[in-house]
Amino acid sequence: MLWACLLFSDLRTADADGAATARRLHSLAAWAYRFSSQVSIAAPDALLIEVGASLSLFDGWPALQRRLRRELAAFGHAPAFAVAPVPAAARILALRHDGFFTDQREPMRIALGAMPIAQSGLAAGVITLLHNVGLRTLREVFALPRLELARRIGPAALGVLDRLRGENHETLELYRPPERFAHRIEFDHRIEAWPPLLFPLRRLCGELSLFLTARDGGVQRCELVLEHEDCAATRIPVELLTPQRDAHTLYELARGRLERASLAAPVSGLALVARDLPPLCPRHKDLFETRREQQLDWPQLAERLRAHLGDASVRQLAIVAEHRPERAWSFATGRKPAQELRPRPTWLLPRALPLRGPAPQILAGPERIESGWWDGDDARRDYYVVLTREGQRAWAYLPAGAHDGWMLHGWFA
Amino acid sequence: MNAVALDAVLKHPGVWRRSASASHHVRAISTGLAELDAQLPGGGWPCGALSEILFAHDGLGELSLLMPALAELTRKGQRVVFVAPPYIPYAPALAAHGLDLRHVVQIDADAGDGAWSAEQCLRSGSCGAVLGWMQQADYTQLRRLQLAAESGDALAFLFRSARSADKTSPAALRLQLHADAGQVDLEILKCRALDMRRITRLRYRA
Repeated sequence: MLWACLLFSDLRTADADGAATARRLHSLAAWAYRFSSQVSIAAPDALLIEVGASLSLFDGWPALQRRLRRELAAFGHAPAFAVAPVPAAARILALRHDGFFTDQREPMRIALGAMPIAQSGLAAGVITLLHNVGLRTLREVFALPRLELARRIGPAALGVLDRLRGENHETLELYRPPERFAHRIEFDHRIEAWPPLLFPLRRLCGELSLFLTARDGGVQRCELVLEHEDCAATRIPVELLTPQRDAHTLYELARGRLERASLAAPVSGLALVARDLPPLCPRHKDLFETRREQQLDWPQLAERLRAHLGDASVRQLAIVAEHRPERAWSFATGRKPAQELRPRPTWLLPRALPLRGPAPQILAGPERIESGWWDGDDARRDYYVVLTREGQRAWAYLPAGAHDGWMLHGWFA
Repeated sequence: MNAVALDAVLKHPGVWRRSASASHHVRAISTGLAELDAQLPGGGWPCGALSEILFAHDGLGELSLLMPALAELTRKGQRVVFVAPPYIPYAPALAAHGLDLRHVVQIDADAGDGAWSAEQCLRSGSCGAVLGWMQQADYTQLRRLQLAAESGDALAFLFRSARSADKTSPAALRLQLHADAGQVDLEILKCRALDMRRITRLRYRA
């Protein structure tokens, strides 16, 4: 274990009540979670990050430190860094030795020994007591006989000193990333059309993607909330077939939904809320796969089409075990019923139409289809394969027993 | 340039030689009609290309013409997409023709979105065949579909009215169905890499 302490001394002075500082620290913890799975908030002004497990991934501490400093500078922070095998020690050392790094206990103890008692994190009363005895640095305190020291300063303060030296294990409360994502952007002006919303949307999707990457998850369902000043917010659900987390993909899909939505009123704010965050299983790509650039998997393609045309526009065909032709198919994945062996047209008309013109030439039939007396949609028909004057092959029926009144129900296209 | 390199250049699918001996370099999927396969270069519907089927009336067997090829594609797990069909593709009939319905998808779109959807599907590389019914498609749109079919290596089928037979088209293959006294004939109007001196008309449905 190797703990890095990031001490944000500028954070405390900026804020009086501490609530804003706590929020800020929380969002910094979310950022730091990308670098380590063990991040702890050391209130009021520091973050502890376990970097031992991440060093080889990030090319060692100098490279990782540079990267952390650069990213924090972009947020407007310049914290002090200290790295030590013991979190409490790293915390203290950051106060005085910015950039301190050791992964050994002995150098850590030597550096701790040089720290003044005033910065040791002991209670104020204990510090005064030790000062009155004439002790100034931790080294002098560590040198005292343990029993004598315990009698003077009490077990609580002794515990603090033990934790500093790493002789007593410290249990840290680790940061857990939140279970839902909700980011919101408020506009200075009222926005009347959707194109100006695309820029903030792209930013929100980028943030969502970062959030999902940190959680190692994807998003399957999220919601775009368009806030209006005078009326209830417009909610645009974005439903995806498979979990996604790529920022550009999310943006494209959300944009498709946004373009189709009508704005009820000028928009004063835009929010992206995601609750359903299943684990993501990225498709394993074959090293030798010969796919060309810009090609899409079917799920991605279906998403793009659904985003553009509407959620119900891409459907799979299926057979239903039913005699009435108009009910013998459906848009869903169905079980596979027995295959129809009698002639069936490749086109079915949505509704049967009267067949105009002279009586057609009968090629095959009749085939009596009689069903549905139990559900009120009674059908008694004699189906024929007929040939029209234009040479078209049609599937037409006569009401059972009738000789006239041809109804066209399909084409053998 | 040595002879081997020249031979490689001549075998490139982008190089068209106006001779029958080069025709077997066209990749194609059998139409299921031996007579038609014998006429077409590569022996079937050209892969990665646009094919047009022209007909005057519904019900001349224009869709059945594709069924063997579509069945073959779905058997191989490739997706067949109906973009904005004029009627309901009747699932029991498709299944009877041997299509695996798990790989058959219908996309509902209006006239403007139809061409866009078809192009997206063709370009994606995740669809084996895309069937469209864009009657108003102009030369530019057809060209786009042809290019999309090439880049996604998919079969594009466009069903159009017989009235467009005399218009120019960038399609690799154009077939027209003629109904005649209860029989249906098939005419090859245009075919890339085909020696047009050969028979171009054959009986399709007796």
